[in-house]
Amino acid sequence: MNANLPELQPRIDDVDTQLSPLEERAATRGRRLTRRRLYLRRFLRNKGAVAGLVILALLILFALLGSLFTPYVFNDVDFTSLTMPPSPEHVFGTNETGNDTYAQAVHGLQRSLVIALSVSLLTTLISAFVGAAAAYFGGTTEKAILGIVHFLMVVPSFLILALVSQSAGGDWRVLIIVLTVFGWMYNARVVWSLATSLREREYVQAARFMGVGSMRIVLRHLIPNIGSLLIVSFTIGVVTTVQGETALSFIGFGVQPPDVSLGTMLSDGANTVSSAPWLFYAPAVLVTLLTVSMALIGDGLRDALDPTSRSGGRA
Amino acid sequence: MSNSLQSRPVLSVRDLEVSFPSEAGRVQAVRGVDFDLFPGQTLGIVGESGSGKSVTSMAVMGLLPDHAAISGSVALEDRELLQLNDRQMSKIRGRDFGMIFQDPLSSLTPIFSVGRQIVEAQQVHQEVNRNLAWKRAVELLDLVGIPNAADRARSFPHEFSGGMRQRVVIAMAIANNPRVIIADEPTTALDVTVQAQILEVLELARTETGAALILITHDLGVVAGTADEVMVMYAGRPVEKAPVDELFARPRMPYTIGLLGAVPRVDAAERRPLVPIQGNPPLLIDQPPGCPFQPRCPISVPECAAQEPELAVLPTTHPGSHSAACIRAGQIHDGTITGASVYPVQQASPAPSEVLPREQRGTVLEVKALTKTFPLLKGTLLKRRVGSVFAVSGVDIDIRQGETLGLVGESGCGKTTTLLEIMNLRPPDHGSIRIGGVDVAGLKGRGQERALRRKLQMVFQDPMGALDPRLTVFDILAEPLQAVGESDRATIESRVGELMELVRLDPEQSDRFPNAFSGGQRQRIGIARALATKPELLVLDEPVSALDVSIQAGVINLLNELKAKLGLSYLFVAHDLSVVRHISDRVAVMYLGRIVEIGTVDRVFEDPRHPYTQALLSAIPVPDPQVERARERVILRGDLPSATDSSPGCRFVSRCPLHLTLDDTHRARCAGETPELSGREASDHLNACHFR
Repeated sequence: MNANLPELQPRIDDVDTQLSPLEERAATRGRRLTRRRLYLRRFLRNKGAVAGLVILALLILFALLGSLFTPYVFNDVDFTSLTMPPSPEHVFGTNETGNDTYAQAVHGLQRSLVIALSVSLLTTLISAFVGAAAAYFGGTTEKAILGIVHFLMVVPSFLILALVSQSAGGDWRVLIIVLTVFGWMYNARVVWSLATSLREREYVQAARFMGVGSMRIVLRHLIPNIGSLLIVSFTIGVVTTVQGETALSFIGFGVQPPDVSLGTMLSDGANTVSSAPWLFYAPAVLVTLLTVSMALIGDGLRDALDPTSRSGGRA
Repeated sequence: MSNSLQSRPVLSVRDLEVSFPSEAGRVQAVRGVDFDLFPGQTLGIVGESGSGKSVTSMAVMGLLPDHAAISGSVALEDRELLQLNDRQMSKIRGRDFGMIFQDPLSSLTPIFSVGRQIVEAQQVHQEVNRNLAWKRAVELLDLVGIPNAADRARSFPHEFSGGMRQRVVIAMAIANNPRVIIADEPTTALDVTVQAQILEVLELARTETGAALILITHDLGVVAGTADEVMVMYAGRPVEKAPVDELFARPRMPYTIGLLGAVPRVDAAERRPLVPIQGNPPLLIDQPPGCPFQPRCPISVPECAAQEPELAVLPTTHPGSHSAACIRAGQIHDGTITGASVYPVQQASPAPSEVLPREQRGTVLEVKALTKTFPLLKGTLLKRRVGSVFAVSGVDIDIRQGETLGLVGESGCGKTTTLLEIMNLRPPDHGSIRIGGVDVAGLKGRGQERALRRKLQMVFQDPMGALDPRLTVFDILAEPLQAVGESDRATIESRVGELMELVRLDPEQSDRFPNAFSGGQRQRIGIARALATKPELLVLDEPVSALDVSIQAGVINLLNELKAKLGLSYLFVAHDLSVVRHISDRVAVMYLGRIVEIGTVDRVFEDPRHPYTQALLSAIPVPDPQVERARERVILRGDLPSATDSSPGCRFVSRCPLHLTLDDTHRARCAGETPELSGREASDHLNACHFR
């Protein structure tokens, strides 16, 4: 039975517009805020998000500049110290083949960051565009795209992935492409189903009647309105890519030695966690920091971009 | 009603207060409601959205969620209801209380036949044999006017139309002879002709059961025709309570006066601007002391802010019957205070249409024999066409410069399809569309289409849905400019500022998002966006139907003003005929994809020729109880038939009251020959009926 309650929750933004002297001042100062500045301001207001951004920046700095603080390169082998715990000479210790764990962590982080960020970004962008375009154009375009998506979903992608990366000799660039090609369709399917309901919204119709081009409608009206989903899927994507790459490396199809990634380090370290815990903890801490920072940034972005969100503040 | 006053009240509510927790603080949804309901009496509760009228009824029925804090007293005869738990209340709901909600579709379970649901409603509360209960169910369905009740009782809810479903809900509500029937916006989701039927059934149900009726609505016209007593609510409190004649004839609270002045009337020919109430209803959080209406009140004095006035009895001819919550109520008589009108009367601006005669003005839109059919498909894998829906067939309209054409009709009559066909700028199935002299079929390439889009813009019904929530107002207003090829940043900036001022919004607020604005303001943004490219023709699809009465008046006035100032032409689609009468110069009435009557607004409203127009006009409730009682209604039977039939003949035949009075040869003509639009004398008042 329909409860037919009126809007009991007062619209938060109404309250906010009344209680926002700061915005008032900004308005009287003149200059209209552009959308980008508005988003930036709302993002910076979220402390967690800023913390996430700082952690990510530190991780990136570490990946880029970390090698300056060690005389070793990741594939140097020090036969005098095999499986040594952390010491002044090897800050994070060494593994059973005598590689310096610190150098390996720096290099592995670099690899993992590049792979995870680019795969996740690419899959999110492709799925957003393909899903939204399928929904907006409808008809034959929609049928064709959905056909491809459904086909890719039933293909045993992990197997193909393993074979392709194997034949490419574990090149990380090939890994990015392969992970992207077999990773976008799940999100595209979700985006499509959300965008089909957005397509019927009056503002999309309004834009069409104003003569706005189809591509522009997809990019400007459809995709931003599923933004929170995309951001969440991007941050989750980073985490799952690290895991996926780890899994591949574990069965020997991912990044191939002597190259290292956080994934290979984790799988190696997991085997010796009781005898040589430092081999596990260094990459584990880095992976955790990476995922936590991504989650924080994702939350902040979602709130900043979502005009109805409360934590996004007032604007 | 006079003898009912001597009996004891069946329901009495005292000091009812309801509040809800929310992120922003406690929402005081209802703040002190008192009323007594006597057997056989109809109490109308009127108010805008958020005034607490629905929450009051939910509190009475014990349907509020657990987190709501309720205090005060609700007594059904001698039984206090607020202390009862949900189990105990369930025994009362449905037996002593009959409930009718707004949406008849969600009030019925889709998986059981309606007969079975009525049987269940009886068996929950009474020891009654299944066969007897079924017999009673059929009787009830017959009573509420369902034809072939015995067969239809086996039908499922989706097999009924909206009006018929609401009848079933009413049958269910009276199945156990309730003492109180609570109807919460029972007709809001229905068309006017169906609304008239439902109000009649509701009245029948009330007399049949002798129950008291609480009718909750935002429509003053509905209340005027059905209620005995009216309570006006504002910000969670009753602000005026009086017998219906007294309230409409001598309102004493400025809010009520404003509400009455803000409603356009279908029976008023003169075009005075409506009187909007300034501002917006307050948020019910942390109310400051003082009268909640004070910020919007045109006659507020400093004392108003000091203390909230009580609902006090006023000295009138019937002592104790009229009360109002206003410290200046004693000074208000006939909408005036100390000789001056409470709401200052605004001057109407002369429309350019009055300057030049119609024939000499240019044609902005010309639609000839427009036809749109949708295929009816069947089959899961291979779709085959099994028929067609004739959504629009052979529609001719023309709009001259500076003119407003109102397009009216019930839902499903093809109004929106007509609009979309025009807005799509594609050659139609049949017929032609010319905008500003340019034939749509002859458009070549995006450049020409863009040029035409400049002249034609649209305002949508839902002010929230039509604005992208992710764009700031600036971006929303800049979009049509960019779409027609404007790329200079400074030009866009200054144009957006101009537009904001044009629709009376603060240009400084253009960096806010749409949801920072109220409904009326959002609709103004929608209008500003439509005006951005300086169009000649504005297509308005129910632009005020989603707004509250007091806000609606402001938007209507704005539209009238813009038309006069900018020389715009409007194609105004609405189902609310009073609004159409107020804003249009000419009106076209549609029925099942055809125009059945077209002419100047005064001619059509004063002298409707087509039986359908007559029925449509007589179905609209007028906010004046005396007029309401004296009016003779043409009640249409049945609902809009489906539009899949293309055989010749008048499409209105199945519901036509005139058809029933004709002899056989004339009837055969109705059924066999499609009537053309024709006029009696050399005027442009045309109708499509053989005998009018």
